[in-house]
Amino acid sequence: MTSSKNISIRDLKLWYKDAQALHGIDLEIAHNKVTAFIGPSGCGKSTLLRCLNRMNDRIPNCRIDGNILIDDKNIYDADIDVVQLRARVGMVFQKPNPFPKTIYENVAYAPRIHGIVNDGPKMDELVEYSLTRAGLWNEVKDKLQEPGTALSGGQQQRLCIARTIAVKPEIILMDEPCSALDPIATAKIEELIDELKKEFTIIIVTHSMQQAARVSDNTAFFYLGKLIEFGETRDIFTKPKEQQTEDYITGRFG
Amino acid sequence: MSHSMEYNKRLHRRHRADRRFKYYGMAAIAFALAFLAFFFVDIIGKAMPAFQQAYIQVPISYNAKIKDNYNKAITRNYRYLVSRSYLRSLPKKLVEHPELLGTTEQTWVLASYRVDQYIKGHDGHGLKKKYRPHVDEMFANDKIELRFNTLFFTHGDSKMAETAGVLAAAVGSILVLLITMAVAVPIGVMTAIYLEEFAPDNRFTQAIEVNINNLAAIPSILYGLLGLAVFINIVGVPRSSALAGGLTLALMTLPVIIITTRAALRSIPDNIRDAAYGLGASNLQTVWHHVLPLAFPGILTGSIIGLAQAMGETAPLLIVGMMAYIPEAPSGIFDATTVLPAQIYTWSSESIRAFEERTAAGIIVLLTVLLSLNALAVWLRNRTQKTW
Repeated sequence: MTSSKNISIRDLKLWYKDAQALHGIDLEIAHNKVTAFIGPSGCGKSTLLRCLNRMNDRIPNCRIDGNILIDDKNIYDADIDVVQLRARVGMVFQKPNPFPKTIYENVAYAPRIHGIVNDGPKMDELVEYSLTRAGLWNEVKDKLQEPGTALSGGQQQRLCIARTIAVKPEIILMDEPCSALDPIATAKIEELIDELKKEFTIIIVTHSMQQAARVSDNTAFFYLGKLIEFGETRDIFTKPKEQQTEDYITGRFG
Repeated sequence: MSHSMEYNKRLHRRHRADRRFKYYGMAAIAFALAFLAFFFVDIIGKAMPAFQQAYIQVPISYNAKIKDNYNKAITRNYRYLVSRSYLRSLPKKLVEHPELLGTTEQTWVLASYRVDQYIKGHDGHGLKKKYRPHVDEMFANDKIELRFNTLFFTHGDSKMAETAGVLAAAVGSILVLLITMAVAVPIGVMTAIYLEEFAPDNRFTQAIEVNINNLAAIPSILYGLLGLAVFINIVGVPRSSALAGGLTLALMTLPVIIITTRAALRSIPDNIRDAAYGLGASNLQTVWHHVLPLAFPGILTGSIIGLAQAMGETAPLLIVGMMAYIPEAPSGIFDATTVLPAQIYTWSSESIRAFEERTAAGIIVLLTVLLSLNALAVWLRNRTQKTW
């Protein structure tokens, strides 16, 4: 459990201005597993997720204390470059947000700015590979030059996943990736998550208990900025140790 | 059911209020349109005669006396009917064409503004009574005719109304506008990008923001004082020059461009920025690759509107000395220059009747340029608008 490939969150505290949103979170996220963050709205799960690629840096008045170790290196150290960090820790957002550019450009953008491959046959190969991995290639291979924004919501979200994996990150953060999608598109994304966890460490924030139960190996339950319970998903959903966890997953939470 | 009757009455009242509001709105629009129509009819009606100018056929004798007194080229009864600026040009013409010496020819020449106004039937033409039958007769015999007024577009200002034109002011306006554009657009757009996309949100940037908004609301004449103090007195830019005017107007236009650019940037949804940052794009890459292309139409429109506003501005230019009599188009940005609105103002305060129609014609030229700029803004926005 303590291999250096894990992500270790140590005593993480976060404030938005004077309001404390996270109260000393300690969490060990396993390598190449799917970890689900669940909890009611405002419990801090999305905030914690956004700490992992330092997207919270963009929020004014947001103050963070504590460590997050990836490969035994604290990502909040002064010598960490966020640009590089975000190439290693990709992110898929709640609302599909492809760039208003072609499908090809959407996928090719990040590899190009990070200098992973140059334009040309190598890039074509990478685009095809990424779209294939995201389960989108067969649907879009004939219209790579069409705008990504013309795709359906589910396709757009898979395009966003393809765009993320094109830079070969180690970790993929997913912030309620299916909340804007219909059940069929959701099922496709869930299948995809199952497929992707062989290669990537995936952390998913979800409001759907069923989704957490279906796709994750481990589950963390948050409430009011505190980590209430963390363990294997099977255990959390069948024999939770904490009363609060049980109340929440059985829908008795008030 | 009694309840329902009460309800129906209320419903009826609500619909009536709706309709009333609609009529108020339509009345307001009709009122505004009526004003606009009146304005255009009045201005165009006044300006139309200015696009025609009277020419007169008179005998011109090229004799040796011209060199000292150009009035000698023409007999007394015609002298008063011919533009003096034409007569003034004769000595020079004779030097260039010495073979003309001793000849007399019937020539079409520019008529004086008095004849012009008299022919057009305007009050206050100023043509002396004793010349009127003569002019009437010449007009009846086609010795006087109205031609399209090319001089208006090829000459600068003149004290002789018949040769006063907009060229110098138009060239001045273009020079001033180019300087304003070259200074205000890059600085304004970059300031807006910095404030909106890079700067931290703290007291300092908030203070800057408040001040920029205040600057946009400052009476424009104060910018003239600022321009006078800074550019002319401290930096030493020549007074009345296009450079002084352009820089002053750039100061005035900056807040407008900053505000419209910021609004354009703010209208770009944050999830595009999230997407770029989430992939590891740097701040500059995010702005340059994703935000700016989407905000571009808005920035363009804002800049053009700001520049159009600057082009129609007069007050600050008064202070930096651009309300001047400029007969020659400026040949550089350091030359004394005037601009279209200043020219219009100068003409409007002239006492001679012939300048009134030139004022209206100047307004038409200025309006045409401004409306073209606005049309360009709309066209460019539609062309560059990305649908997504």
